[in-house]
Amino acid sequence: MSETAIESARDEEPGAVTASYLVAGHTLKSWLTTTDHKRIGILYALAITVFFFIGGIAIGLVRLELMNPKGAILSDEGYNRLFSLHGIVMVWFFLVPSIPATLGNFLLPLMIGARDVAFPRLNLISWYIYAVGAAFTCYAIVAGGVDTGWTFYTPYSSLYSNSNVLAAALGVFIVGFSSIATGVNFITTTHMLRAPGMTWSRLPLMVWALYATSIVMVLATPVLAMSLLLIIAERYFGLPLFNPSEGGDPLLFQHLFWFYSHPAVYIMVLPAMGVVSEVFACFARRRVFGYIMMVYAIMAIAIVGFLVWGHHMFVSGESQYANVVFSFLSFAVAVPSAIKVFNWTATLHRGQVTFEAPMLYALGFLGLFTIGGLTGLFLASIPIDVHVTDTYFVVAHFHYIMVGGSVSAFFAGLHFWWPKITGRLYSEAWARFAAIVMFLGFNTTFLPQFIMGYGGMPRRYHVYPQEFQVYHVISSVGALILLSAYLLPLIYLGWSLLYGTRAGDNPWDATGLEWQTSSPPPKENFEEIPVVNAGPYHYHPAEEAPDAARREPQEAQGRKP
Amino acid sequence: MIDEFAAKASEYAGSWDRFFFALVAVSAVVVAAVFVVIVGFSIRYRKGSDAYRPTLPKSLGFEIEIGWTAATAFAFLFIFWWAASMQLREIIPPRDALQIHVLAKQWMWKLQHSNGVREINELHAPTGHPVQLIMTSDDVIHSMFLPSLRLKQDVLPGRYTYIWFTADKPGVYHLMCAEFCGTQHSRMTGRLILMTPEDYSRWLAAQPEADNLAKRGEALFRSLGCSGCHAPNSAVHAPDLHGVYGHPVHLSDGRVVNADEAYIRDSILLPDKDVVAGYQPIMPSFRGTVSEDQIIELIAYVRSLAWEGRQE
Repeated sequence: MSETAIESARDEEPGAVTASYLVAGHTLKSWLTTTDHKRIGILYALAITVFFFIGGIAIGLVRLELMNPKGAILSDEGYNRLFSLHGIVMVWFFLVPSIPATLGNFLLPLMIGARDVAFPRLNLISWYIYAVGAAFTCYAIVAGGVDTGWTFYTPYSSLYSNSNVLAAALGVFIVGFSSIATGVNFITTTHMLRAPGMTWSRLPLMVWALYATSIVMVLATPVLAMSLLLIIAERYFGLPLFNPSEGGDPLLFQHLFWFYSHPAVYIMVLPAMGVVSEVFACFARRRVFGYIMMVYAIMAIAIVGFLVWGHHMFVSGESQYANVVFSFLSFAVAVPSAIKVFNWTATLHRGQVTFEAPMLYALGFLGLFTIGGLTGLFLASIPIDVHVTDTYFVVAHFHYIMVGGSVSAFFAGLHFWWPKITGRLYSEAWARFAAIVMFLGFNTTFLPQFIMGYGGMPRRYHVYPQEFQVYHVISSVGALILLSAYLLPLIYLGWSLLYGTRAGDNPWDATGLEWQTSSPPPKENFEEIPVVNAGPYHYHPAEEAPDAARREPQEAQGRKP
Repeated sequence: MIDEFAAKASEYAGSWDRFFFALVAVSAVVVAAVFVVIVGFSIRYRKGSDAYRPTLPKSLGFEIEIGWTAATAFAFLFIFWWAASMQLREIIPPRDALQIHVLAKQWMWKLQHSNGVREINELHAPTGHPVQLIMTSDDVIHSMFLPSLRLKQDVLPGRYTYIWFTADKPGVYHLMCAEFCGTQHSRMTGRLILMTPEDYSRWLAAQPEADNLAKRGEALFRSLGCSGCHAPNSAVHAPDLHGVYGHPVHLSDGRVVNADEAYIRDSILLPDKDVVAGYQPIMPSFRGTVSEDQIIELIAYVRSLAWEGRQE
């Protein structure tokens, strides 16, 4: 399949094998009809950047509104539509596709030594599906917005909301197919197209993470699609599904929705875990501590993640005994996450640690993910969850995981592979500055939200009791810092595209097949498919040999200043 | 109005707070430890430092991993056990709990005390006595949130959900809707007014005269024609409702259900759903005829029959 695709690509662009993928055709058409996974990754990157800033502007207005407990600039309806816009755009059009569709698309074939993904045309179609879904959702926004929140709870969304639920839900429904197609593509690619010698136990953790993510996408997304279809069926065709006075079940939607949307958190976090594993290994100059355990942890998170959806519904009126079971499973899924934090930390041990921008972003990830994970334990504990669910405590918690975790790791990966993607270097000083400001801005925004959440400040309120104002103001100031920190990469990375110095093929002196080809890579990735004869993270090759004679010079080298 | 941050209105809110802050302390220690180790390693093993970098034997690495995996698993098990045992203790309300009906609507809370007193967006309750809220919604999903009691429970259309509490600190506290319910969601708030039992009975007495819920239910029961069939000496073969509430009912398809609020509500609106063993499914549905408020009154009436039934 892929071979034919590559052949046909070769017909279009004769002699493109050695030139960089960026110069293989300069027309808009050559980009919009490309089947090159690297170009498709770039197309996704452009699209999600647009949505990131749409979502960011929406929340900027929301945070401005929340400075005043009485509400100053927005109507009730305006406020509801803005936070819904923020949630829908950020979750469905930014976070879910962020790492897998951009970095994943770009890197997966490179990292396993393949010329492209298994189904290059399907890959292009995935992007178009994403674009069509995005168009529907943009229509919903332009036509006046939607006010259901990103969770579309029934029967509100199916019977009561007077907003553009159809367009928004269809947009999310359609974008789900893009997820599924990408997942199928990645799974097949990982199974079929590994370079000779690239065994499963030699896969970089990033590839394992993308593989696990793809499984979750393929298995869970159809359930989301189903539940959105059910909303549309009730709302427009009057099928009595969620309306209790017609015999429907108002909670059915929540079960289906969280069956997807809890695993979706792992669609956002697992690739992030893959990215930081690569970055830690490279800048600590170490093999990732406990590689095998890291792989098991990734797979365990992906699988157990399917069994914990009930912890979103502790106060929904479900049986308390069922709640206890879901509470237990939620604690269980925390174990592999904790293991990963310990292993990353241990990777620094005995390293030669340097602090380039990707490493700073990855360290930021580690700190924020730890806080996000620990506060997850609070929510898995039923008595605490009963009090803090649907308050700002939950808002803070999932932002620590999804923004502190996912987005920090996304930036870590973007900076790490930027020289590979563009062939250029960015301003290291500005990048480090942005990483630090982002970390500080993030904590200023979300730490106060834990406190006001415990104080009883419900989420999705724009008029609120006076006593929470001071926390909201701190949080809004933090959001302003954060927003400016997010603008910085746009500037210095843009500058790097135009004026950055040439990067060289392997500026970080990293291992991994993607660094063995030129920067930016040629259209078909490798002039010759590489042969793999060792595991990943070959930073201290001598250590892997048990024989002491070979170890000694290694140690001497380590002590050299 | 209310300006205390995270006010507590009961003893058990205090014990939940202790659990919360114990978890905060544990988390803080873990976060601090992880941060110290990260920063420590980063400095000690920064590139070019002269730290000693011995090669660890592979087996030691494995032992370390087993160690911390087991340790976290046990820690999580312990927290789970603590949390779950606290929760399970609170499920069943005491029998003498004062029952207050709550009907949530876009965007207000309607409350009815059993003696018929009604209020909107305010919940007066006595301290020192268990209070149970029996809640349902007229439209979308709402959520009753009483932060000072550390309590929250979704309120669903077509179903009944319950919470109960014993408060012990009189005062005025927040009452909020926590589940997004539409345009005026953030204005669907009210006050929880906790009073000493004396003040509470004085307040009740001062309210405008109203028939109690069961009485109103009885009148409704007659005017809707229910009494025609359900009376003990009726010619139509329909179940006698005395002593039904709170007891198991055998259905014609072999199931046994407990006659709670949801069962009675279903019997009124969806009479074919749960047909009592030995009876024909001849009852008409009252869907569209009775409002949620009226269903609450009818339920209160059937519940009062149960009480009389046991007296006989």
